[in-house]
Amino acid sequence: MKRWLLALPLGAFLIVAVLLYRGLHLDPAQLPSALIGKPFPAFSLADTQGGRTLTRADLLGKPALVNVWGTWCVACRVEHPLLNTLARQGVLIYGINYKDDNAAARRWLADYHNPYALDINDKDGTLGLDLGVYGAPETFLIDARGVIRHKWVGVIDQTVWREQLAPLYQALLDEARP
Amino acid sequence: MNLKRWLLTCVLLSSLAGAAHAAIDTYRFANDDLRERFHQLTQQLRCPKCQNQDIADSNAPIAADLRREIHRLLTEGKSDEQIIEFMVDRYGEFVRYRPALTARTGLLWFGPAALLVAGVGVIAVTVRRRRRQPATSPRDLDPGERARLADLLAQKPLDEDRP
Repeated sequence: MKRWLLALPLGAFLIVAVLLYRGLHLDPAQLPSALIGKPFPAFSLADTQGGRTLTRADLLGKPALVNVWGTWCVACRVEHPLLNTLARQGVLIYGINYKDDNAAARRWLADYHNPYALDINDKDGTLGLDLGVYGAPETFLIDARGVIRHKWVGVIDQTVWREQLAPLYQALLDEARP
Repeated sequence: MNLKRWLLTCVLLSSLAGAAHAAIDTYRFANDDLRERFHQLTQQLRCPKCQNQDIADSNAPIAADLRREIHRLLTEGKSDEQIIEFMVDRYGEFVRYRPALTARTGLLWFGPAALLVAGVGVIAVTVRRRRRQPATSPRDLDPGERARLADLLAQKPLDEDRP
């Protein structure tokens, strides 16, 4: 038997060990979205505040964050103050009120301030389904043409915004400028 | 008496099994074929939220939504492939428990078979190599060794030597 064949099991073990060690640091809850690079799905849903029906066309023209939220979602409450801050700084944020009670949602927006330029009332979760939403909060970054460019699952905090989303948002703004 | 108790146990156990299945079966289907496809599809698709369950088993709201959606698509007459594509378009390849056969998943599909073939190959080579070597006959002892052997055989067992 050749000498190098004896080292084969050790080599195989090392490769597997490296892969498994890397696997320890991956978060299985962070799924890549199937919709990156695809157009935001078409929809026709009411505004959470009542009033007119919103469609996909209402989201076009400028890069924006599309934030999926609900009053039943504890983490959304955590994220809300930062969204307010961002909205004050001029970041365009649209909301999708996902599978929620409309009255509760309006009360929430009245109590905690409304960061959303538009808020879509997706009470049956149909738009959420088309977006592949599996929890809340989830936040999509769309460009001026309404193409989904990035998805963040979970709470946006200062660090996430500063290190991940803000640069992407800025890039979309630069891209939209002629 | 014993038989009675045994029967009672059986009845109780079977009623438990019924309750365990009832939570999922709330949909009406036009025929048994559709129902069968519904069960197969919900067992083939993974729940995005509770990742180690299929959507048939999971109680997460998202799994319930997806079951409702599969039911709707089935009653609309969509094929199994169309329904799986619908889910993959929204939730990604992740939702398939049986990944599609692509260049990226090739290792997953053929890896085990390739390992098996490699293993069989190694065994075959080893066996053939051993067969080719002539069986070694035990070498005759030289006179010195022979004397030592005779000595050992003549010795009394250790136990009997002891006082």
